[in-house]
Amino acid sequence: MTPNPLFAPFLDHLAQAGLHVESVAVHGLAPTQVLTLPAEEWGRLGQEAKGWGCRWAAGWGEDMGAEMDPQGGKTIRIHACFEKGGAYLLARTTIPRTHPILPSHTPSYPAADRPERHTQDLFGVAFTDHPDARRWTRHQAWKSSEYPLRRDFPAAGHPPAATSADYQYKFLAAQGGGVYEIPVGPVHAGIIEPGHFRFQAVGETVLHLEEHLGYTHKGIEKIAEGRDAQGLARLAGRVSGDSTVAHAWAACMAMERAAELTPPPRATWLRALMCERERVANHLGDIGAIANDVGFAFSFYQFGRLRESWQRASFDAFGHRFMMDRIVPGGVAVDLEPQFMAPLREEVTALRKQVNKLMAMVYDSPSLTNRLLGAGVLAPEQAAALGCMGYVGRASSLDFDVRRNAPYPPYDQLQVKGVLHHTGDVNARMRVRHEEIIASLDLIEALLAGLPGGPVGSEWQAPIAGSEGLGIVEGWRGEIISYARFGDDGRIARFFPRDPSWTTWPALEVLIHDNIVPDFPVCNKSVNGSYSGQDL
Amino acid sequence: MLRILGKIQRVGIVTEPLPAADEPALTEIGEQLKAKIGELFGGSLAIREVDAGSCNGCELEIQALNNPWYGIEHYGVHFVASPRHADMLLVTGPVSRHMEEALRRTLAATPEPRLVIAVGACGADGGEFGESYASRGAVANVIPVDAVIRGCPPTPLDLMRGILEAIRVR
Repeated sequence: MTPNPLFAPFLDHLAQAGLHVESVAVHGLAPTQVLTLPAEEWGRLGQEAKGWGCRWAAGWGEDMGAEMDPQGGKTIRIHACFEKGGAYLLARTTIPRTHPILPSHTPSYPAADRPERHTQDLFGVAFTDHPDARRWTRHQAWKSSEYPLRRDFPAAGHPPAATSADYQYKFLAAQGGGVYEIPVGPVHAGIIEPGHFRFQAVGETVLHLEEHLGYTHKGIEKIAEGRDAQGLARLAGRVSGDSTVAHAWAACMAMERAAELTPPPRATWLRALMCERERVANHLGDIGAIANDVGFAFSFYQFGRLRESWQRASFDAFGHRFMMDRIVPGGVAVDLEPQFMAPLREEVTALRKQVNKLMAMVYDSPSLTNRLLGAGVLAPEQAAALGCMGYVGRASSLDFDVRRNAPYPPYDQLQVKGVLHHTGDVNARMRVRHEEIIASLDLIEALLAGLPGGPVGSEWQAPIAGSEGLGIVEGWRGEIISYARFGDDGRIARFFPRDPSWTTWPALEVLIHDNIVPDFPVCNKSVNGSYSGQDL
Repeated sequence: MLRILGKIQRVGIVTEPLPAADEPALTEIGEQLKAKIGELFGGSLAIREVDAGSCNGCELEIQALNNPWYGIEHYGVHFVASPRHADMLLVTGPVSRHMEEALRRTLAATPEPRLVIAVGACGADGGEFGESYASRGAVANVIPVDAVIRGCPPTPLDLMRGILEAIRVR
């Protein structure tokens, strides 16, 4: 396979810079450009990619056992995925398991910070010049000398009879007159996911926020191993419950590319229909919740009402309120019956009218907008440095959307309206949601109008051992990158789903700076990171 | 402001009567619930929800109980911020090992008499995640459980039925 032409100049540049990069053809990973390079040049690759203007999108490891080395030495393979202008580059290197040391990408890319610490905790890889050697995902459930994603670590592990609360995590401490600390969580006040926030504040002003996540770590990557394709799709649909459609789609796309299987057109159109419905449902809920966090109950109840009827329609048409387990390897599990076409179309018209009317009232309510305008500002350069995308990026001038920049079927045949704002505040993130709802409703109309006939699935054929694939889709939070590699008997050897929340949680720490503590809930809700999606 | 009031008036009350065809005894249970809440909890049942490792699917449906369609407060049920104010814990799972102690402490902070309901397929038996180095699986593996509401996730109506059932049995 020829290298992706978009990255050809970069590969030339790397060669001229003296890096020993090798372009590799891997069918399931195309159109992503794959390259390998020696471990000692890993850090320099990060610097060069940064200089070239690439976004650091994802990073993960895999224990390859003795597969990579003819001499039988055990190795760990490290991946880093970059994106520029809608083209993706997957860099790989291998390191010996006996000496798992690698330069870090974090000095060039803050976005690599937590993913590398996740790899450190789960594979025992030391990133030599990483500025923060603290653990990230590991609390007290396994020892610092144990690495759950290594092959010799059993899925059951060797846990203590009862796992103690986490302790000795070294939060940044602030000193000085009037500085005080507020610990929050893991159990929060609302009906929400668990995590810990440590605030340093002076008066009402937040000096510093530090997140400590990992509370919902449930070993998704480990228990994915050995599953069949159907089992992996179910698991992927539970990486983050609110993104069940998008994660299942990304995982199935990865597996289908590995298996060189193309789902029939009707299946991809139905997938997109469900994915847009998921986006609308979540944005409706979020707009209501953002308003509620500053005491504007009217909006909370109105949008809650719209979301509920939307979910009921999903249940009627697809048999599940979240459309969970509707995307399966090869296609979709349920067809859309003809009698639902008209109601789904009418629902779009009605919702567009309702949302625009309600948003006009929201924008016209000074007591509400006063709290949202200028709150939680994420400057475009901060968002870019953290590799943000999705509605968080698009509220801060970062115009990236997988559906438009790296389109996959059926979006390659559809017009996806771009939504972009520049102020980076809570208000902008709410506006982006509003406009994305309208854009999704347009898409849903187009999807219903152009829905092809034919079957809704292709028969799943498990690929040979070693086949790998990459699925990249635009979930409602933004780009999801899903990697799958098969082992023997059609069983999964490695699965890594990169939820967009990996990039937006660090953004929350930045944007809350200098805001008042009482505005934390609304700032947090405007970002709405998934705990489960990043804890894995 | 006038537009807001106008909207409220036009939309009216959307809270639906519990579907009689679906569950004929539900209205009756609702009345019993009110009676039981009067008897055991002074007229108001306070619930503290604890996500002990869930994918967040169950949380979305529990949140939906507060939307105007269900309006669970009509039955005297409300969600509280502190376990110290709670009569009932609604716990979703699987219980991650990293949340295990936090869950125990939340239970310890909940005054008696109290009820614990394990919610969802994962809370009931570990669901898709089961037990592993990272997960304890079912809520009952960590704290005593009085009732279980299954489903992945259970719908708001499933949750309402489950809460009513748990109290009726008690």
